[in-house]
Amino acid sequence: MAQQSIGLTAFGGYIPRLRLQRKAVAQANAWIAPNFLGKGKGERSMANWDEDAVTMAVEAARDLLGPDDDRSHVDALFFGSTTMPFKDRLNAGIISAALTLEETVRAVDVASTQRAGTSALLQALTAVKAGEAKHALVVAADHRKARAASAQELDFGDGAAAVSVGTENVIAKYLGGASLTVDFVDHFRGSTEEFDYNWEERWIRDEGFSKIVPRAVKAALANAGVKAEEIKHFILPCAFGDKFVQQLAKKSGIAPEAARDTLAANCGETGAAHSLVMLVHALQKDAKPGEKVLVLHFGGGCDALVFETTDKLSSQSDKRGIVGSLANRKEESNYLKFLTFNGLIEWEQGMRAEQDKKTALTTLYRNEDMLMGLVGGRCTETGVVQFPRSRISVNPNNHTVDTQEPYKFAERKAKILSWSADFLSASMNPPNHYGMVVFDEGGRIMMDFTDVEQGTVDSGMEVKLVFRIKDFDEKRGFRRYFWKAVPILKEQAKSQAAE
Amino acid sequence: MAAGIKDKVAILGMGCSKFGERWDAGPEELMVEAYLEAMQDAGIEPTQIDAAWFSTHIDETGTGKGGTPMSLALRLPNIAVTRVENFCAGGSEALRGAVYAVASGAADIAIALGVEKLKDTGYGGLPVGNAGTLIPQWAPSGSAPGNFAQLASAYRAKHGVSKEDLKRAIAHVSVKSHANGAKNPKAHLRNAVTEEQVMNAPMIAEPLGLFDCCGVSDGAAAAIVTTPEIARALGKKDIVTVKAMQLAVSNGLESQHNSWDGSYFHTARIAAKKAYAEAGIQRPREEVSMMEVHDCFSITELVTMEDLFISPEGHAVKDVMNGFYDSDGKVPCQIDGGLKCFGHPIGASGLRMAYEMYLQLQGRAGERQLAAPKIGLTHNLGGAPASNVCSVTIIGALGA
Repeated sequence: MAQQSIGLTAFGGYIPRLRLQRKAVAQANAWIAPNFLGKGKGERSMANWDEDAVTMAVEAARDLLGPDDDRSHVDALFFGSTTMPFKDRLNAGIISAALTLEETVRAVDVASTQRAGTSALLQALTAVKAGEAKHALVVAADHRKARAASAQELDFGDGAAAVSVGTENVIAKYLGGASLTVDFVDHFRGSTEEFDYNWEERWIRDEGFSKIVPRAVKAALANAGVKAEEIKHFILPCAFGDKFVQQLAKKSGIAPEAARDTLAANCGETGAAHSLVMLVHALQKDAKPGEKVLVLHFGGGCDALVFETTDKLSSQSDKRGIVGSLANRKEESNYLKFLTFNGLIEWEQGMRAEQDKKTALTTLYRNEDMLMGLVGGRCTETGVVQFPRSRISVNPNNHTVDTQEPYKFAERKAKILSWSADFLSASMNPPNHYGMVVFDEGGRIMMDFTDVEQGTVDSGMEVKLVFRIKDFDEKRGFRRYFWKAVPILKEQAKSQAAE
Repeated sequence: MAAGIKDKVAILGMGCSKFGERWDAGPEELMVEAYLEAMQDAGIEPTQIDAAWFSTHIDETGTGKGGTPMSLALRLPNIAVTRVENFCAGGSEALRGAVYAVASGAADIAIALGVEKLKDTGYGGLPVGNAGTLIPQWAPSGSAPGNFAQLASAYRAKHGVSKEDLKRAIAHVSVKSHANGAKNPKAHLRNAVTEEQVMNAPMIAEPLGLFDCCGVSDGAAAAIVTTPEIARALGKKDIVTVKAMQLAVSNGLESQHNSWDGSYFHTARIAAKKAYAEAGIQRPREEVSMMEVHDCFSITELVTMEDLFISPEGHAVKDVMNGFYDSDGKVPCQIDGGLKCFGHPIGASGLRMAYEMYLQLQGRAGERQLAAPKIGLTHNLGGAPASNVCSVTIIGALGA
């Protein structure tokens, strides 16, 4: 049998739309950290209060998978992150449930290092190569946390990327790679800690990046049988600036101009997701068929993967990816809002917020596809669809019994029927918008809205659905998820229709 | 069709506590206040009461569960006390239970009492609670104003009414209720307001401002019912009887089926039609003398004028602005101030509405007395527009 080519078959990306203006941060903190005034340029991505690594991963994966909600072909899911919401509950399992993947999917969390994203990808490649998976989905996401007035607060960003691995319709062939494992502790986060503890930057730069990365590059190129000068795109997340990355490329014999933009100016470093974020950005923006791409991620050593793009790359032109995500931006100059969303401030939420948000796990499991996958019902006799599914149909003319089959709503077109902007109910981002969302093909759901531009909402507006955090149960450390509607502004709706 | 309730049961006596922020009173004191007035009005002894129906909604922060809170507070003679709860329509449900008991012959005299103690929560608005274990996992983390406000967006979209026109019309609804409430010594809010004040008030849930929302009040109301024969035997003249009692409950159509457009109450239209049929009313706009409707929010009252078939569909804005529902209009509405100003102690509200109709029919409404009303209608909602219970009760002079 001829050697099958294994590689990336699709991609997706997600960067939250809020962009925290670094100037606002630097100025607010100048009294205590004047040294950061010089860093007060550009913007970083900022998750909404209801987003975490899991929800962002879901968005990136949905971008990859597209509107077809038959996802039965996905047989493996690898999730890379160091900010997973649960220490013990399969985080990839939440993603799988939201994506309505089959229960036979092999879902794995890959964590504990900044190279969790590339390590997840390496596992997917290994599984497909071994024939144990045919269509493996890799998602990497991080919702990064840093102390107020720290350098990391300015450098970090939130985001996610997804790639799939398979043997058909390969857009970038995997040529080979290498992983170096070195217990070089540039930073760490103890298992009970919320924030990283960082060692001196100069040491990390000179003893870490400068010495470890070239060794990984060398090993990967050798394994892939690729010469350094063939590398057209050199992808390395690194907070030491684009010039330093160019020097590192040069040090390995790679053209400095191959060094990719680290997206520091308009996104910030998205942690374990960032190598894949940069990869998707490269594949969308500059890569042409037949080009060699080197993907690196530093952390406890270094992962290095070499790919070669194919003429199937154009199959991904409809993806939002990272380019589209970066274009969908809203400037946020309110540093206090950022601190609030990230739990860095104790603020008065009012007595209404004292409501117990305990989740009955029995109820959650009984209604798993409804709550996690937004799956309702369709009557096989009358065709009427509804949410939630029920034994007796809601159809007013014919209350058929036990005729419903599962019906997925998440990827369907929908509009706002009625809504309000509520200043009374407890909300992390008042006013709390919600309303009745009506689906073009039938069915309706009264649901929360998110990513709302106050003053722009009205009946008849199109919405898209997103998987978000519904409530935090602070008492028990649990969080529950559900779907929300994002109203699409008219200009956005028009440009999407034109596409 | 069933023969119905018309003229089978008479109201023997009624009572209502002062509504408001009753820092001085717990649920027991509120119940006693309404009960003693009703008993005095009825002119009977406690031992003459055969059965009781007790309405209270928020048991966690208020009165407690079961029938005991009422029996204990009033020292009832170990009779049956049935606690009913049907969201904000519980008061009407208690009355329905008592009326049906009398109509069935199981009781000669029955009492219905509703109470709510809301001002022990520590904050404004209704207390927040969990609706079971499933709904909180997906339904919006909303509030009553946020749910009812949605009527406005859907009504505007359906009837092509501008934001400004609708805002002014619902402002007029509140201005009228404030004017009425100012004349009611038992009302929670007794200040007259202007349309400008209402329209410029702080936003609660768009487009509802502070004055578009009813008072959150403590209070209790009670009704003692019997047969017209017993009422007469007890020496009552000007007997007021129940003409119709209907309750329609959502079955998921509004919240799950796309045939509902969000601008009206599906249940109210069904309950109203059945109530008119039960009472023998053909032309409600002409025959109904006055109404107390569930004006939890101004927009609720506005759309209800159409749901009760008083205003033709799409014409409520015009009728409201023309003063049709003002105290000197054709069909005065919320003559006691309504939920808006009399106040809204959840479990008591349905009975409070009946109390005003009863006083008006007996010519005992003081400064706000209307000229010779014959038929009074109460409309008592519970839940939210997309899923609710709606009670329509009609009472009138015996023989009317």
